[in-house]
Amino acid sequence: MSSDSLTRRSLLQGSAVIATAAPTLSAASATAPSPNSGAKAMMPVELTVNGREVHLQLDPRTSLLDALREHLHLTGTKKGCDHGQCGACTVIVEGRRINSCLTLAVMHDGETVTTIEGLGTPEALHPMQKAFIVHDGYQCGYCTPGQICSAVSVLEEIAAGIPSHVTQDLDDVALSDAELRERMSGNICRCAAYPNIIAAMRDVYGQSGAKGEKA
Amino acid sequence: MKSFTYERATSVQAAAKAAASVQGARFIAGGTNLLDLMKLQIETPTHLIDVNHLGLDRIEETPEGGLRIGALVRNTDLAADKRVRRDYAVLSRALVAGASGQLRNKATTGGNLLQRTRCPYFYDTRMPCNKRQPGSGCGAMQGMSRSLAILGVSDACIAQHPSDMAVAMRLLDSAVDTIDANGATRSIPIADFHLLPGDTPQRETLLKPGEMITAVTLPKPIGGAHVYRKVRDRASYAFALVSVAAVFGKDGTARFAFGGIGAKPWRVAAADAAAKQGPKAVAEAALTGARTTHHNDFKKLLVERTLASLYRQQEARA
Repeated sequence: MSSDSLTRRSLLQGSAVIATAAPTLSAASATAPSPNSGAKAMMPVELTVNGREVHLQLDPRTSLLDALREHLHLTGTKKGCDHGQCGACTVIVEGRRINSCLTLAVMHDGETVTTIEGLGTPEALHPMQKAFIVHDGYQCGYCTPGQICSAVSVLEEIAAGIPSHVTQDLDDVALSDAELRERMSGNICRCAAYPNIIAAMRDVYGQSGAKGEKA
Repeated sequence: MKSFTYERATSVQAAAKAAASVQGARFIAGGTNLLDLMKLQIETPTHLIDVNHLGLDRIEETPEGGLRIGALVRNTDLAADKRVRRDYAVLSRALVAGASGQLRNKATTGGNLLQRTRCPYFYDTRMPCNKRQPGSGCGAMQGMSRSLAILGVSDACIAQHPSDMAVAMRLLDSAVDTIDANGATRSIPIADFHLLPGDTPQRETLLKPGEMITAVTLPKPIGGAHVYRKVRDRASYAFALVSVAAVFGKDGTARFAFGGIGAKPWRVAAADAAAKQGPKAVAEAALTGARTTHHNDFKKLLVERTLASLYRQQEARA
């Protein structure tokens, strides 16, 4: 195999070449026409992100996730699978959690987006952020912004009476561990912090003084 | 992703017209399936017509006593609708058995009907697939076919239909309402809406180019005990190996529809007719003509056992 001849030194040298080449490329693209400019026109997109109005010019292919991370530099929202399977990219759009990787930014022109940065700040944490810290609801933390955005929405969905797969009586939606686990199944945690995430969610639910909990 | 142009449609008629006039145009609603496929270049539309803002997001009662569900009603909203929970509980149950909370918030009624198979060979562009690339062959038949269909399959394709929602809609004898570029509307019985693969697995529905789904109509409620049982590899957020939608009447009659086993949502009159004879007879009737592979032959027994479980549950409730 060719990798047999690949030494650590040559690999590092290779990386250095790539690293030094990168700024050159971006400098070139800043002055020269972008590779896509001949193909399709950019489109204006207006969003309200975390309470701030932003105006972007985007290739229609830009996912909401890439618009947030690459264009608005809100890197709290994470790219995991980029196919809607892992939930790391979960954000709240018009009050609902969605996978930001599976939607185009242009489709959300005029809409309101809340990301992990908009839920709270290090100085003034959202109760769910605080609870994740208290209950150790993460290890590596990569999935955490998505988990927290989902967790906040899940409590709202239960309060709104939206049923889930484990709801026994469709007209009586109440909180339980089974409900939380089912509703959080779109957020994968490879570190398996699941029990602590459930504990954090229960904590926030308890603080809200909500009623109707089931064992 | 291949580049494309994008427009936000301003009326249903304009959307249908644009779809028919631009070569390679596609509607985009929730986008949860289409964008996934576009990233993999399995779908490569040249133009996207966003149909999210056309007022098709309402659920209305029909003069016949049924419900007319707008094509853009999100899966979450449909599952949570009070009338659906009360009168069509099997539909609520099927919806919440599918996907994740995030996806259900985005996915639409029309889009769910049009979602494509999750056959691993359809998804892997390095493999032959008659559905993705007509005439290229089928990688699944001699390959990993555990999840794939055993009913309605052909020599060209054994892909399974992935929807849970559509199985409940099939059970309820729903109709799919459409409009075309000329403004002509029609109502297609859901039994006819999805096509079997035959020699042309790339053709999946009766829709003509540019024809757009505007609603799904449910007939008036039929009463009975509504259940949806989904058997899958994970407890949540996985496609069905086998799913059964059923409505049990008080007099021992029942109707059944099946997911995970068919090239389309599967329902046969003979299975309903066998309801009083028990799960074995229902399974036998439903599985008539089944064609299995070494990997998915287990689905036949799984259908029977899933039905048996539902019967036991009904007996316990009676």
